[in-house]
Amino acid sequence: MARIGVFICHCGENIGRTVDCPGVAAAAAKMPGVVLSVDYKYMCSDPGQGMIRKAIEEKKLTGVVVGACSPRMHERTFRAAAAEAGLNPYLLEMANLREHCSWVHSDKAAATQKAIDLVRVMVAKARRDRPLRPIRVPVEPTAMVVGGGIAGIQAALDIAGGGKKVILVERGPSIGGHMARLSETFPTLDCSQCILTPRMVEAASHPNITLMTYSEVDSVEGFVGNFTVTIRRKARYVDPDKCTGCGDCFNKCPLKKIPNEFDAGLGTRRAIYVPFPQAVPNKPVIDAAHCTMLLKGKCGLCAKVCPRGAIDYQDKDRLEKVKVGAVVLATGFQLWDHSAYGEYGGGRLQDVIDGFAFERLASASGPTGGRIQRPSDAKVPKTVVFLQCCGSRDDKAGKKYCSKICCMYTAKHAMLYRHKVHEGRAVVFYMDVRAAGKGYEEFVRRAIEADGAEYVRGRVSRITRRADGTLLVRGADTLAGRPVTIEADLVVLADAVVPRSGSEKLAQLFGVGYDGDGFYSEAHPKLRPVETAAAGVFLAGACQAPKDIPDSVAQASASAAKVLGLFAKPELEREPIIARVNRTSCVHCRACIHACPYGAAKDFDVLDRAGKVVRTTADVNEGLCQGCGTCASVCRSHSVDLDGFTDEQIHAELNALL
Amino acid sequence: MKTLGYYPGCSLRGGGIELDLSVRALARAAGVELREIEDWNCCGASAAHSLDHALAVALPYRVLALAESQGLSEVLAPCAACFSRLKGTGVRLSRSPELSRRMHELVERPYRGSVSILNINEFVAALLAGGLSEKLTRKLGLKAVAYYGCLLSRGQDIVTNDDAEDPKGMEAAIRAAGCEVLPWNSSNECCGGGFSMSKTGSVLDLSQAVLDEARAAGADLVVTGCPMCHSNLDMRQLELLKRRRIPGAMPILYLSELLGLAAGLEPAALGLDRHFIGSRGLVRGGA
Repeated sequence: MARIGVFICHCGENIGRTVDCPGVAAAAAKMPGVVLSVDYKYMCSDPGQGMIRKAIEEKKLTGVVVGACSPRMHERTFRAAAAEAGLNPYLLEMANLREHCSWVHSDKAAATQKAIDLVRVMVAKARRDRPLRPIRVPVEPTAMVVGGGIAGIQAALDIAGGGKKVILVERGPSIGGHMARLSETFPTLDCSQCILTPRMVEAASHPNITLMTYSEVDSVEGFVGNFTVTIRRKARYVDPDKCTGCGDCFNKCPLKKIPNEFDAGLGTRRAIYVPFPQAVPNKPVIDAAHCTMLLKGKCGLCAKVCPRGAIDYQDKDRLEKVKVGAVVLATGFQLWDHSAYGEYGGGRLQDVIDGFAFERLASASGPTGGRIQRPSDAKVPKTVVFLQCCGSRDDKAGKKYCSKICCMYTAKHAMLYRHKVHEGRAVVFYMDVRAAGKGYEEFVRRAIEADGAEYVRGRVSRITRRADGTLLVRGADTLAGRPVTIEADLVVLADAVVPRSGSEKLAQLFGVGYDGDGFYSEAHPKLRPVETAAAGVFLAGACQAPKDIPDSVAQASASAAKVLGLFAKPELEREPIIARVNRTSCVHCRACIHACPYGAAKDFDVLDRAGKVVRTTADVNEGLCQGCGTCASVCRSHSVDLDGFTDEQIHAELNALL
Repeated sequence: MKTLGYYPGCSLRGGGIELDLSVRALARAAGVELREIEDWNCCGASAAHSLDHALAVALPYRVLALAESQGLSEVLAPCAACFSRLKGTGVRLSRSPELSRRMHELVERPYRGSVSILNINEFVAALLAGGLSEKLTRKLGLKAVAYYGCLLSRGQDIVTNDDAEDPKGMEAAIRAAGCEVLPWNSSNECCGGGFSMSKTGSVLDLSQAVLDEARAAGADLVVTGCPMCHSNLDMRQLELLKRRRIPGAMPILYLSELLGLAAGLEPAALGLDRHFIGSRGLVRGGA
């Protein structure tokens, strides 16, 4: 016989104001199977939990129903209390009398009746609860970090520093990401390369870090603690073991005019190249889309000059499988393509550039050696107009959201320009200046007050090019209440931050959610900001939302801490709320296998003693199953049941309401 | 496309008569019959919607209802303002059954929403796709800028197949006439529109800005599809020339006139002799 205890919480006044809690307790006392029913002001407090523990021991309860807040809030708390008193924690259920009742109703009598119904439902369920044991899975204590920008480098270094192995996978030929392209960084103006490149070297030389550059994730199998990831090692055509990075090959390559992506197309590179001189690894790759040897079988100059014979035109993509226990996604961002804005020239005006192009112009290692000049005629611009919110905060043609970093880097750009061109004018068009961050507002004030950047509040409606090459920037000064036209030599658009191309496909490989804009979804916007809905997959940096360097680094360290926490024990314990297949009744229609969003439902061969396949049924992998119940609901032969939420229990709950 | 409904509106009977002539001539050359809506009325452009919202919808509603009852499923409205009013009204009616009900009551005619309205750019593109391209035997070899103004570029539910900030709807047709389309800065700038009479000074400033840009781009002529733009750039250009505010004359041609010339039609038949700014220099035998 079931011996259920019911505990009704007032939650201070949160529930008590709208629900007659003693009344609910009295009604519950009469429900079948209930041997004890009480109410208390704060059931989650120490005395409240004590009441539950004491009742379990003294009344020999076989099940507990706590009528309080949402199980998302305190189910763990109460189950821990039950476990302490010797009751299997999965025999405790919660009736949500707060979020589902008192907070959303005002009529006390009706709310009380609803609360009684909710308790009755959970009593009916609790009477059919079975003890469940947490599932244990072994953990492969190696992490994989996808993306070799500052977030990925930081996460890899922190995990490696914690004594665990890391595989750092980067799509491009070098790690470093966007940060390597920046000139100086806000709000301190320290040189980006000077703070980043030592980290790049450290990541490459750390004994616990395996660097896989020019590589991409091809496919993913497995589950938390036990992922098998296939990595595509793209053909480099240069053997990195033989190559010493001497540079003879790229100094001799006859193709000199290929726009360098690293320099935002302002500089050029060869067909065999390292993207920038401080690249890690500092070994070239051949760009198969341009190399005449690979395209037409003519040239072969680099192979002739290479003193080590490291060039291999026959090189092919290779697939490599690795076993990892956890994954950090740090795939970063790119800039929105402003050619969608016809009013800003639709991408056709050469002297209308994006923020990265300006970074490369301002950078000492950039294509102009740090001389600010405009792309069309190499003239030093006398007036530069900076437009913030280009594509951001524009629901119609761009993105709804604020890209967060542009206010700061625009202030920095205006400042750097004024430092280099003293007599020049820097005009910034802005909607609002959002400078929330340590030292950020002070930085913007410094750009305005000390460095003389002219801030104009308003949007620019049109950029046109006069025949003499001058750009006419027409906009509104909404504070002065009048239209303004500025004759500019160079215009810098602060394009919106968008996720890196291909990030959606990667998310699908790992079963990670993403929002309408393609940014990866964290498990909880406040309380679980680095986890994802996929167990064992964590997020770092701008792949989750627009972020600056300090925020990206902070999140990277947070995800490293999560990975190290996961690796702290040799085995994982996880909630036993998983689906089970009754192999006797399963007819192998495969509906569950198609429906499972986590790839946990799989074919299973039933063997006889001789090892011969007798029949095939469906089965659920305990490690992958997230307990969503989709398989149970699509199963036509009722052969799938969800532990903790069995069909029998759900029907009992419904019956209790009817 | 063999038969197309036709709504000339007021301007094609007055200031924009050469648009009417050239559109009809071009349709004939392409073997398309234009059937004028019987008993059509004013579309209400510029005046009605600043006076009375119901009237501003009721006038185009009646035109649409007539077209539907006369079995015309596609109607060409060459005037950009007529196009905007007719198509815009159709969009509003399709979104509000309540508005349709009120208009039905007011106009005392039913309209089910079956009529689609074409502007001159769409009309010309359809003719070209329908075989007109092969009849454009005369390569004009001119440098043109395409001028859309507001009504052939704006209204995101009205001009649905072009970019309001960077319109391109005329370019293919101009190229088909053997002309080069030059990039320039004023393709969708304002000509001054309906202020031609009341604020002539402002219209002169705006027209001058457009003409200056066309000249700076190196254009031989400006191509437009709107009678209001045409009148502000063509007729008001006389005043600009008189005051020596511009260095020389810039011919303004309708898209249909340009295509007509390329099809070998007589300039006079296209109405080229009716412009204030002559286009004689552009083509042999030009008016």
